Amino acid sequence: MNCKSVIREISNYLDGELEPSVKQELEQHLEHCEDCNVVVDQVRLTVDVFCDSKPVELPSDIKSRLHEALRRKIKEKGNQA
Amino acid sequence: MLCATFMDAKAMMWPWIGPPKPLSASNPHRLPSRVARDDEHLLVAAAKRGDADAFEELVTRYEAKIFRLTMNITRNREDAEDAMQEAFLKSYAHLKDFQGDSRFYTWLVRIAANEALMRLRKRRPNQVSLDEPIEGAEDLMPREIEDWGPSPEQRFAQTEMHEILSEVIDKLEPDFRIVFVLRDIEELSTEETAKVLGISVPAVKSRLLRARLKLRQKLSRYFRQGRTN
Repeated sequence: MNCKSVIREISNYLDGELEPSVKQELEQHLEHCEDCNVVVDQVRLTVDVFCDSKPVELPSDIKSRLHEALRRKIKEKGNQA
Repeated sequence: MLCATFMDAKAMMWPWIGPPKPLSASNPHRLPSRVARDDEHLLVAAAKRGDADAFEELVTRYEAKIFRLTMNITRNREDAEDAMQEAFLKSYAHLKDFQGDSRFYTWLVRIAANEALMRLRKRRPNQVSLDEPIEGAEDLMPREIEDWGPSPEQRFAQTEMHEILSEVIDKLEPDFRIVFVLRDIEELSTEETAKVLGISVPAVKSRLLRARLKLRQKLSRYFRQGRTN
């Protein structure tokens, strides 16, 4: 496996979706290719840093408008029933 | 409206990304999302029976995440709020149609993503081309490979890190950003992402790979070793 093939398979590798034989080939390449190692690690960190991000509390003005609209909808539905 | 949006962009930028946990290179396979708590199905069942409080509890539980999703897709506060509100109202109106073959949260994400996409396409009609083929693998090779040094979260204040994440995802082209948001932030499966966007599984994989590589490249500008802050 060459560098181009490794880059093409990074996503499948990180998502655990590679066939065992392809995974083995890729890992053999990583053993001796420092650049590919760095790229694989950095793509993994990129995914982790976004994946682990947490949403903060909804701003109060947006929250109150949402719940007000919801209550109107609930009332409307209740009147139709 | 556009000017106001532009002026507000910096102020509204970082909160929708949220504080990152420390980076870890030792976890190649992420755990599935635990956002949908175990009692979700009980709340959904109660809401289906007409318990409005149960539905409000579901809304309260997921509102911040759904707003982050619509904000990450539209990158416009007004559109994000509209899309989020419409998603919750539609999910309430069509709750009887929810069959429970997926988590309620996943169903909600699908509705919200579609609402956000509609608004994005309306605002930027020429910038969302999910159905168009993308180029071959030639453009994938990283141009710069620089050491990021020790964990970036040790070098950046939390607020600064939030701004970095928001800035880099904001600069990603919409058709790559949307796939990345659904797959890697909302943690939908590849198949679910394909279904929401109406594209093939290979198209999702191809865009996801490019999105991840492009984001790595953009983050390198901030994370490379020796950069002073």
